[in-house]
Amino acid sequence: MAEKKIKLPETEEGAVIFNVPFPEDLSQLKKMAPIIIKHHYEIDYIHSYGQDSPFFAGLANGKLLGTKCSKCGYTYGTPRLDCMECGGECDWIELPKEGYIHTFTICYYGSEEFLKETPFILILVEWPGVDTLFLSRLVGVDPKEASLDWVGMKVRAQFKRLSKFKPTDVYFVPAGKKNK
Amino acid sequence: MLPVYMISGGVSKFTKARPDVTFQRMVKEAYDYALKDIGLEPGRAFEIVDGTIASYFSDHFTRQLKAGSMVQDYLGLCPRPSKRIEGGGATGGLAFQSGWEAVASGRYDVCVVYGFETMSHVNTWKGNEFIALASDTNFDYPVGGFYSGYYAMMVVRHMKEFKTSVEQMALVSVKNHCNAFHNPYAQKRMKIKIEDVRNSEMVAWPLTMLDICTMSDGAAVAILASEKALEKYKLTDKPVKITGVGGGLDAMRMADRPHRDVILLPHEKAEDYKGLKYPGVHSFRAGRVASKEAYRMAGITNPLGDLDFIELHDAYTSSEIQTYEDMGLCRYGEGGRFVEAGKPFMPGIDYGYKFPEQGKIPVNPSGGLIACGHPVGATGIMQAVFAFWQLQGTIGKHFGNDFLQIKNARRGAIHSHAGTGTYVVVSILERGF
Ligand SMILES: [Zn+2]
Repeated sequence: MAEKKIKLPETEEGAVIFNVPFPEDLSQLKKMAPIIIKHHYEIDYIHSYGQDSPFFAGLANGKLLGTKCSKCGYTYGTPRLDCMECGGECDWIELPKEGYIHTFTICYYGSEEFLKETPFILILVEWPGVDTLFLSRLVGVDPKEASLDWVGMKVRAQFKRLSKFKPTDVYFVPAGKKNK
Repeated sequence: MLPVYMISGGVSKFTKARPDVTFQRMVKEAYDYALKDIGLEPGRAFEIVDGTIASYFSDHFTRQLKAGSMVQDYLGLCPRPSKRIEGGGATGGLAFQSGWEAVASGRYDVCVVYGFETMSHVNTWKGNEFIALASDTNFDYPVGGFYSGYYAMMVVRHMKEFKTSVEQMALVSVKNHCNAFHNPYAQKRMKIKIEDVRNSEMVAWPLTMLDICTMSDGAAVAILASEKALEKYKLTDKPVKITGVGGGLDAMRMADRPHRDVILLPHEKAEDYKGLKYPGVHSFRAGRVASKEAYRMAGITNPLGDLDFIELHDAYTSSEIQTYEDMGLCRYGEGGRFVEAGKPFMPGIDYGYKFPEQGKIPVNPSGGLIACGHPVGATGIMQAVFAFWQLQGTIGKHFGNDFLQIKNARRGAIHSHAGTGTYVVVSILERGF
């Protein structure tokens, strides 16, 4: 255990083949190795953010939006238009730019889509008086210095100037440090 | 509700890839094993099986919709009725309970629950992407969707809240890999030390490669029967009775989990948890309510004393520790110390460490997901099969060795869990002979 295997990386490009050897004797077929082919799959979705849309419009305009229940007052750090506490409808509110790290991790691996961005830091942000949290990225700290002391760190929201209409249009930096 | 029994089970060996077969034949391997174990010919099985439940998680992995119907025809069970169950990581456990419902309601007398997953059809990181699509795709996935990252955030909070250590988490990995050393069905069979876990590659701080289960190809089958069928067909003299089922669900977005009071089990008091905000992201509320419901139905008031073993969903070493607490084996916050004391280790197996209370209640005697693998749709059913063999006392027969047989096991629990604690189900199985 522990010793790392030395090996070349597996990649998915390969030769295009149009035929394989075939035995005369059909009883040999059950011993044949499986044929494994590459099958490409790609798709564009016409995805609507529906009732969540104002959140993304907010990000494009430098505002981080949550919601607050008009009936029971429960406040959502990640917006939802209908309250899961009482079923009432929520109103949009602007969240404070500064919050605190509730928890975090550093992803050294990731889903294929984000593999090229590793290592990246995920945080859940909390705000006093806001009942739920918000998932975001933290930049501006050294992943090598990760420690439980990061929990509770004051962080400030920053916004991308060229909006991508993704939740990553907002990200957080340590609020203690000057960011120009 | 009518009493429901498990009468047979089968598992294909879980491996990284099974390019030699398609998913249908992989299920057939497990099905044929289950039939053979009770001396049932496939033709006769067709006559007595009233219906089936198909369990598989991701249509992305198969790139085949309605795969369940293709398994059904491959097994020769057309035109019997069937339905597909899906609920993330808990798919297998949910399907098992769906089979229970079909028999308990009187609709079926004999029900086959089959599950599979073929995760090798994409590379590991694409597979992680498919799995991460089981998180909110508006708010969570695009930020860096990665389940290991989500669970890492949950355990960081657990560590902060309760001083749980990475060494305590590593002990779960030591235990489960070492148990699996004796389980021929397991994918990763190795004896490791705490240092091996900590020195393996970091995936999502503080979780390393050896804190995390792997992707697998695999299939599993459980055959359930009513009392009437048990008497009529006389297929086994060692049936196992399902005496409790429970389930729960929590908000998909971890960010939405509330911070309130602990939901108490009968042996707990509110004073135990003064000032603790619950579940937050450090605990699985759905796991607690699933346990509570299953325990109530089975008449369990003190899980640590009333259960002989548990097969639980250890997709991460951290989630095994968190689940000890949800299931009431110890108080919330004590999970790390629970494993450190040796309580969830097997008695009589040498793990290379001395524990003051080794073998109090073996957890994941099979090796769990971490060592057996996690072909999602098969996983919860695999747990049922291993638990079934434990209660029958037939581990030696099926594993080829007796190391993992818990002496005189009379009652066990299986626990299946999905996406950061969204769907969770717990079922109680008891010796029925
Ligand atoms: Zn409300």
